[in-house]
Amino acid sequence: MRKLALSDEILLQVEKPARYIGNEINMVTKDKENIDVRFGMCFPDVYEIGMSHLGIQILYDMFNRRDDVWCERVYSPWPDLDKIMREQQIPLFGLESQEPVKDFDFLGITIQYEMCYTNILQVLDLSQIPIYTKDRTWEHPIVIGGGPCTYNPEPLADFFDLFYIGEGETIYFDLIDLYKTMRAEGKSRQEFIKEAGKMEGIYAPSMYEVTYNEDGTVKSFDPIDDEMPRTIRKQVQMDMTNTYYPEKPLVPYMKVTQDRVVLEIQRGCIRGCRFCQAGQIYRPVRERNVNMLKEYAMKMLKNTGQDEITLSSLSSSDYSALKELTYFLIDECQKKRINISLPSLRIDEFSLDVMSRVQDVKKGSMTFAPEAGSQRMRDVINKGLTKEDILNGAIEAFKGGWSRIKLYFMLGLPTETEEDIKDIAHLAEDIAMAYYTLPAEDRHGRISITASASFFIPKPFTPLQWATMVNMTDYKEKAHIVNDEMKAQHNRKSLKFQWHDAKTTILEGVFARGDRRLCKSIYDAYKAGCIYDAWTEYFQYETWLQVFENNGVDVDFYTTRVRELDEVFPWDFIDIGVTKEFLKREWLRATDAQVITPNCRQQCVGCGAKVFGGGVCFESKN
Amino acid sequence: MKVRIKFTKTGSLKFIGHLDVMRYFQKAFRRAEVDVAYSKGFSPHQLLSFAAPLGIGLTSEGEYLDAEFESVLTSKEMLEKINEVMVDELHILEFKELDDDAENAMASVAGADYLVKIRDGYYKDHTFFEQLDSFAKKDCICILKKTKKSEKEVDIRPMIYKIEQRDDAIFMQLATGSVANLKPETVMMALCKECGMEYEPFGFLVHRLETYMQDPKEEGKLIPLGAVGHEIMEPKQDGKKEA
Repeated sequence: MRKLALSDEILLQVEKPARYIGNEINMVTKDKENIDVRFGMCFPDVYEIGMSHLGIQILYDMFNRRDDVWCERVYSPWPDLDKIMREQQIPLFGLESQEPVKDFDFLGITIQYEMCYTNILQVLDLSQIPIYTKDRTWEHPIVIGGGPCTYNPEPLADFFDLFYIGEGETIYFDLIDLYKTMRAEGKSRQEFIKEAGKMEGIYAPSMYEVTYNEDGTVKSFDPIDDEMPRTIRKQVQMDMTNTYYPEKPLVPYMKVTQDRVVLEIQRGCIRGCRFCQAGQIYRPVRERNVNMLKEYAMKMLKNTGQDEITLSSLSSSDYSALKELTYFLIDECQKKRINISLPSLRIDEFSLDVMSRVQDVKKGSMTFAPEAGSQRMRDVINKGLTKEDILNGAIEAFKGGWSRIKLYFMLGLPTETEEDIKDIAHLAEDIAMAYYTLPAEDRHGRISITASASFFIPKPFTPLQWATMVNMTDYKEKAHIVNDEMKAQHNRKSLKFQWHDAKTTILEGVFARGDRRLCKSIYDAYKAGCIYDAWTEYFQYETWLQVFENNGVDVDFYTTRVRELDEVFPWDFIDIGVTKEFLKREWLRATDAQVITPNCRQQCVGCGAKVFGGGVCFESKN
Repeated sequence: MKVRIKFTKTGSLKFIGHLDVMRYFQKAFRRAEVDVAYSKGFSPHQLLSFAAPLGIGLTSEGEYLDAEFESVLTSKEMLEKINEVMVDELHILEFKELDDDAENAMASVAGADYLVKIRDGYYKDHTFFEQLDSFAKKDCICILKKTKKSEKEVDIRPMIYKIEQRDDAIFMQLATGSVANLKPETVMMALCKECGMEYEPFGFLVHRLETYMQDPKEEGKLIPLGAVGHEIMEPKQDGKKEA
């Protein structure tokens, strides 16, 4: 029988012990005697969240195709187990072997959102790996970060040996080969880190130093060794068809957040919404071949037994073979009684037809993401969606039988006025009124419209990276203005407004555009007991504020400060293809000219991503 | 057609919950591409019904579930096909056809056999085996049962059908199901009291050996839930489907 890392007594005491036992269908086990490199792949949140992440499934499959590598999964223990592991000094383990992570060669951590930063420290600490890179020796694994937050890795610079900037499919194997060679040659850990840092896409934060101006902004960012590159070029998997994708994804026992087969149809987005980081960092758009997708969909469903499949992309409607793929899936899945979920579709005739076939119209709701209430505001953020589009889409949805509408908005966008945000309520009201233009026999009960607002967070590598955030008081005020305006509408009883927690937003704002001076605060917050910050019940805002104060960190410096056009940003050393010049141009089009920019298929606007030599930039334009 | 499936739940899978077991079977049937029946409607689901859900931490080699199938191969082939996509720790032991009028597994459950072992490091110098005979011979074994509102005394003796030593373990046959239900932990609690020992919740390893129903032919006799099923000797389609 498999020996588990935790005793029965512990597993019976903690909530959901199935989080820690591994042994899921399609789990990879190997004989460690025949393995050269053991890789722990970590998602620093609870199992149910981590298991829902596609990126890890892709890399898990990729690494394990190599005979000399064994890749295992690592997740954050829930606070109940966290406590027991600390008390009994049980080292954190990989789910596959149930053996300590500290004995692995690599610990790779995917960094998907800012609010998981203290969980990264939790994982290191529970693994009994020193939290700071400077304190590690060959006794410890190489700690390497990846994922969207590494496009500004600086707030985590002191904790990671390396960062992998970009998509994992390209150079991980080279990195592993380099590791094997250098270990065999008896090279020091620091020598390896330096050598790895010379590879394209790999950033070794300890090999760089930052100086600051008197006003606190970055003055210089330089390698401490002339051999190190001055910029780090993001990695892009250009051929999305002939590449790694799992045929046998893991099948968890317990219910996880995304408990379905995920088919990533393309990477990147042609739209260029100015607030959206994914829309810039994953440029250029690259589609997977539709035949490859059909083949993988069928294989994955067969190998997992899942009863649902979902398409994944930033904007599914822009995938050129979407109709062919969708109708294929509908045919195949209905035979097998498998549900299809189609997120991020624009509402049009096709999507309504598809949705009426794949979901129960009476129960389902239709989602729109106008992101802003007024047309002017939508132009500022380059959301190429008009009020007419939304109303027409809604009317079509009503005709199709839907009567529940969800709307997503942001508050606190640059140049936003009170009128702009009141228009959120007006838009909701107009949709409700549109419902009653239908003849009574075509209506299905009362209309229900739920508008949700999150607070805008400027992200690195977006045209809005120069934007100022609003402060906490203003957020609350804005939310209340919208809420009051909702209540003043004729259809108020059909309208509902809800908004996100502003405290989390402030913290995310600090880290999103933060620098290395924040490392100490993250460390201190962790030491003061902050973990699972992404979970409202564990988020300790007051502790964070205290820690910032103790470390002389001015929250406003990172959030509400006005950034000059020529300011050096902490993340400028990363080259995402898209140029700072382009982003600057877009920022000015947003805030001065307030005009929209055509999408990649309408017209190339020279963002810089063409440098990667493929994708949408080279599609035949007919 | 209705089938009754007997299965195990052992090793690390004793830590997965009852709903997880259900999802596991649904996914396994799809992986095996067997012709299980689905409910009608917009989100069709497999028609599965479990006999007596096992608590987290308990192992078993005598679990049952009923399922509807549109068509089947022979019992032997179905066993092979399904076990091929299952893990060793949770695999199936029997695949039998039920008569159309058979009572469902959950409603039929009447008893279960358990083997209770003492976990290493617990209950040193216990006298369980010495006391077992006299314990079994008692007319009345009263325990305090706590409900939300009050505590009341319950006699569990009638629900213990058998209790005896088997090698280094205690074997017990207990009433199980909706009419009367007794957990092996409760018996061990009473036995601890009898022996004057503190009950330790993690001190036992409980393994279910078999789940029983009333023998329809003989009052008072228990037969394994699988005993009313028939071995399928040749592939067949559900008769109702063609009708």
